[in-house]
Amino acid sequence: MTPARRGNLVEAGVLLAAIALPLILEALGEDFYIGFATRLLIFALAATSLNFIVGYGGMVAFGHAAFFGGGAYVVAFLMQAGIFSAWIAWPLAVLAAGVAALAIGALSLRTRGVYFIMITLAFAQMIYYSIVSLQSAGGDDGLPLEQRSTLAPFDLASDTTLYWVALATLAACLIALKRLAHSRYGRALAGLRQNEQRMEALGYPVDRLKLVCFVIGAGVAGLAGALLANQNGMASPTQLYWTQSGMLLVMVILGGVGQRYGGVLGALALLGLEEALGLTTEYAHFYIGLALLAVVLFAPRGLAGLAGLRAR
Amino acid sequence: MTQLVLEQLLNGLQFGLMLFLIASGLTLVFGIMDMINLSHGSLYMGGAYLGAAAAQASGSFVIGLCAAMLGMAVIGIVLELLLLRRLYLRDHLAQVLATFALILIANDLVRMIWGPQPLMLNPPAALAGPVELFGFSYPAYRLLIIAIGLAVALLLYLLVSHTRVGMWVRAGAANRTMAECMGVDVRWLFTGLFALGAALAAAAGTLLGPLLAVQVGMGENILILAFVVIVIGGIGSIRGALVGALLVGVVDTLGRALLPTLLRAVSAPEVAGHLGPALASIMIYLLMAAILFWRPQGLFPARA
Repeated sequence: MTPARRGNLVEAGVLLAAIALPLILEALGEDFYIGFATRLLIFALAATSLNFIVGYGGMVAFGHAAFFGGGAYVVAFLMQAGIFSAWIAWPLAVLAAGVAALAIGALSLRTRGVYFIMITLAFAQMIYYSIVSLQSAGGDDGLPLEQRSTLAPFDLASDTTLYWVALATLAACLIALKRLAHSRYGRALAGLRQNEQRMEALGYPVDRLKLVCFVIGAGVAGLAGALLANQNGMASPTQLYWTQSGMLLVMVILGGVGQRYGGVLGALALLGLEEALGLTTEYAHFYIGLALLAVVLFAPRGLAGLAGLRAR
Repeated sequence: MTQLVLEQLLNGLQFGLMLFLIASGLTLVFGIMDMINLSHGSLYMGGAYLGAAAAQASGSFVIGLCAAMLGMAVIGIVLELLLLRRLYLRDHLAQVLATFALILIANDLVRMIWGPQPLMLNPPAALAGPVELFGFSYPAYRLLIIAIGLAVALLLYLLVSHTRVGMWVRAGAANRTMAECMGVDVRWLFTGLFALGAALAAAAGTLLGPLLAVQVGMGENILILAFVVIVIGGIGSIRGALVGALLVGVVDTLGRALLPTLLRAVSAPEVAGHLGPALASIMIYLLMAAILFWRPQGLFPARA
């Protein structure tokens, strides 16, 4: 069996297990964990979208929370205006995040390196303070959702359905990511990561290629935010704050920058560890911090690198 | 109205000078080693807790301040030798991950030792009252902070501009490799600088303790402001950090105090109350983004 085929089999097996998970949890009477598993999937999606920008586009963006949290607020705002349908609200969340990223990216891409890190941070903080200042957005308390979005013909009020929707979204994004990485565009991005000047000399529109990458990543983050608002029942300002951007970046680095499953692995490891440690200690973050330090020092390529998953 | 403006200007000066204490260490670390240190805010928080605890135990604010600076300097040296030293040559992502991990560790460590409740830190009894100043009364303690901040700024200026060590620091910030080639032991220099930065952050934490709450998470808010300051001023430049800190301190404080009043003239009071402080914060980030856009090297570039 070739490694590629074996990889496909593993992927199919994991997907089947993920589909069956809520049924197994229900049978075990552990329904509570369906919500937690949904959260995992949503953060895996958000981290994957950031990994696309950082790992594939080579841009260390430190303001991803703006798009992630922003998507959540779009859903909450629309619900306030009486629009409950996910078919309208979620694409609008993607669109809003994408348009914001188009503006932010166009300005930010004039800078490089640490300056890019700082300018993306600055724009994200501006969005954070703008939304916190709006009274109609609930200020520091956030904006509660009256109910979950409606996604006819599915019933999102059921936790299991929301889980499956999140899973389907994540799977679709991962497949799209794989195809994108192997497309002409993906190859151009890979070339950019290696040598930007050479690509420019070859006639590639460097900044436009990177901007498209930034916008795609942000759009997917907006979708993840829309899902998160439904899972949490609210849009909260902490999802917009810079520590959220930091957390997503930590997930990506932990999982493996530029590895196809880096975002998924990172989100799984970080949130899983948080939940498991939370059962036994009040100070879960202390031990998570130590584990992250160990990864930095001893596994520079992240968990995906440790597991030998090299796939892009 | 002029009295209010004057008072808020002094408050802005005071906050700006404290920001400078935090940003000066951060800008040197950032400038010389090209290292993103997100845990600098944790040094500030650690200093505030150490200071509050030592002041409570000894009954003396001055002892608390000294203990905080000394304690955080030692912790800074240990951190630098054990961990940060291994990160200088790694990429920014590894630095972000490691120093974010330090934030998580520091926040929980503080909760383990001192519990989740904020600590109380009282200003020295002799300075608890107000003093008469240009016809209005102003808290004596805030005046002391301004004096200390100005003194530290002057000392740092003398240290960086007029001593041999300062020359090495400037050389390291301008071109690290060249400085190393000319015989500057940048490794040793950096351990010392990191200890100094930690002590200054701890001083800011303790001095601001009586004005802001000493609590978990206090470092995260101020850290980003410190980054804004050093980006505005120019990464690696002490002079830039001072100008940036004063700019940010005054804009933030004046904006928070005056914008709600101004906005009340054009909008409903409750809207103005929310919008004012947020606008002040947005203005600061707008300033930073504008500088990054038009003058990414900052107002006072340190790199040649």
